[in-house]
Amino acid sequence: MTTAPDTANPATAPVLPRARSRAAEPTDIRRYTPLARAGIITALAVLAVLWLAPLFWAVVTSLKQEADTTVVPLEVVPDRGFTLQAYASVLANGNLVTWFVNSTVVTVVITVLTVALSAAAAYGFSRTRFRGRNVLFALTIAGIMVPPQILIVPLYRQMLAMGLADTYAGIILPQLVLPAMVFILKKFFDGIPHELEEAARVDGAGQLRIFLQIVLPLSRSILAAVSIFVFIHAWNNFLWPFIITSDPGLMTLPVGLVQVQSAFGVRYAQVMASAILAGLPLIVVFMLFQRQIIRGVATTGLGGT
Amino acid sequence: MSAGTVAAPGRVEQPTAPRRGPSLVGGRGGIWFVLPFMAVYAAFVLWPLLYGLGMSFFDTSLVRAESRFVGFDNYVRLFADAEVWRTLGITLLFTIGSTIPLVVIALVMALLVQTGARGQWFWRFVYFAPFLLPVATVVLIWQWLFSGDYGLLNAALTGIGLPEVGWLTDPAVGLWSVVLLTVWWTIGFNFLLYLAALQAIPAQLYEAAEIDGAGGWRRLFGITLPLLNRTTGLVVVLQVLASLKLFDQAYILFRANGGPGGSATPILQYIYDTGFTDYRLGYASAISYVFFVLIILIALVQARLSRRSEA
Repeated sequence: MTTAPDTANPATAPVLPRARSRAAEPTDIRRYTPLARAGIITALAVLAVLWLAPLFWAVVTSLKQEADTTVVPLEVVPDRGFTLQAYASVLANGNLVTWFVNSTVVTVVITVLTVALSAAAAYGFSRTRFRGRNVLFALTIAGIMVPPQILIVPLYRQMLAMGLADTYAGIILPQLVLPAMVFILKKFFDGIPHELEEAARVDGAGQLRIFLQIVLPLSRSILAAVSIFVFIHAWNNFLWPFIITSDPGLMTLPVGLVQVQSAFGVRYAQVMASAILAGLPLIVVFMLFQRQIIRGVATTGLGGT
Repeated sequence: MSAGTVAAPGRVEQPTAPRRGPSLVGGRGGIWFVLPFMAVYAAFVLWPLLYGLGMSFFDTSLVRAESRFVGFDNYVRLFADAEVWRTLGITLLFTIGSTIPLVVIALVMALLVQTGARGQWFWRFVYFAPFLLPVATVVLIWQWLFSGDYGLLNAALTGIGLPEVGWLTDPAVGLWSVVLLTVWWTIGFNFLLYLAALQAIPAQLYEAAEIDGAGGWRRLFGITLPLLNRTTGLVVVLQVLASLKLFDQAYILFRANGGPGGSATPILQYIYDTGFTDYRLGYASAISYVFFVLIILIALVQARLSRRSEA
């Protein structure tokens, strides 16, 4: 992988101009002395083991029978072998599936709307002129500093007053504003050359057509990066959905999982199976979109926890 | 849609070299692109921000409809509230304790991966993957690892002849368990920022250094690390701001009780408890605002510091 711009897409070049000149590729490990090489590989491997062990242990536990999860001393391979029983019980239980569906609906809606709102606003700020533009943009940028956590108390009251507690709308609406995304997209749009736009204008295209047919198609890579970020952010968000939902039928996965913990008590295999099922989708997304995600981090420097 | 409406109505368009940046040609109707976002922004960020500020001057409660204007009482009270200072202290301790490993280890990971060992994809994936997991997944896994009798961590410790640790029960350890979990969970993000920065360093610099006979360590300390200063500044700022907002993982790990002896209660949890358990919404808002101001102050100090170190 590389963070260099996608050369097939002329619009990506302005964002990472440095990458145009030959950037440092990963060096060739053969340049190191055999001793240094061994040290590097050992360090990489030790860190990898530390970072994999928790996941490995969770997977192993989820594949055991409940009785085997609490055997002391710990054993990796249980005498009775592995089983998918925990997954079957968890899925048969129903709630996890409901939460999965809720998370999917909520996350997809948030991603689509957030990206649409942010892209339109970024276009307005970047390519058009109107009164108050600078003031509104400054106001938007200032929003980056506001920690969402301090809004929860007034937001909760507001949602109660609007009758939106325990509704999809209540979960979704406050999550649609990510000022940082407007900023990132605006920076990108600023870098798109004008010639195409002007040609379209001569042909009589209006703002909307220029936005939809010229700017957006040129911005596919950054839109993908932003979408993936919004997706991760929304899928993993805990605090707001936790506050606004009390009906288990409306909970998202992260919120529901916390209930699992108490519901399943000491059934560790089932707890681990639920945890893994909840984490799986994003791992798959990452495998599919590794390039975009890494470029997203590189260009935006934002992810949010 | 006519050309030259805004910038230079009377002037003839000069043929110019490719221009970038905002077009000054006919940018009409822009407000309509911005309005939908601004409406949502106003409704769900700006308004609650103001509303919360207003609430902080009231003795408001979820259970009673009426609220009483109390002026600065909430603010006066919070300065005398030992729990505010205690939870703030925990938050700052967590911020320092988590930021250092989250920056240093991330840098080491990126440097190691950048050496070009085989299997780039694999290393990147392994170090970054935990960042993708929902907080609940991470906490459930670590609760299992931390558990006293069947936990992998204690088994590993006793395996190498060390005493067991009360990860979830010892007041002296509780917060550090949260640190450990957080480092494992979120380091991938900083790692990727560093990796991207490393790959943006022009290769010519290294080639030149090599011609001058600079060895691996000289290249590392002479070129790589100084060029990473900006990135380190960015990573530290983002990390401090993220760590100050500790809530989710501590809250779920200790199932709302604030950790052994309350030793892992961040200030956001105190705000949450005050607002949603005790229903003292006005007071919770007041603490929120003091915390917000503190975050801004820290960000400003950091910005000043990093500007100085760059100069």
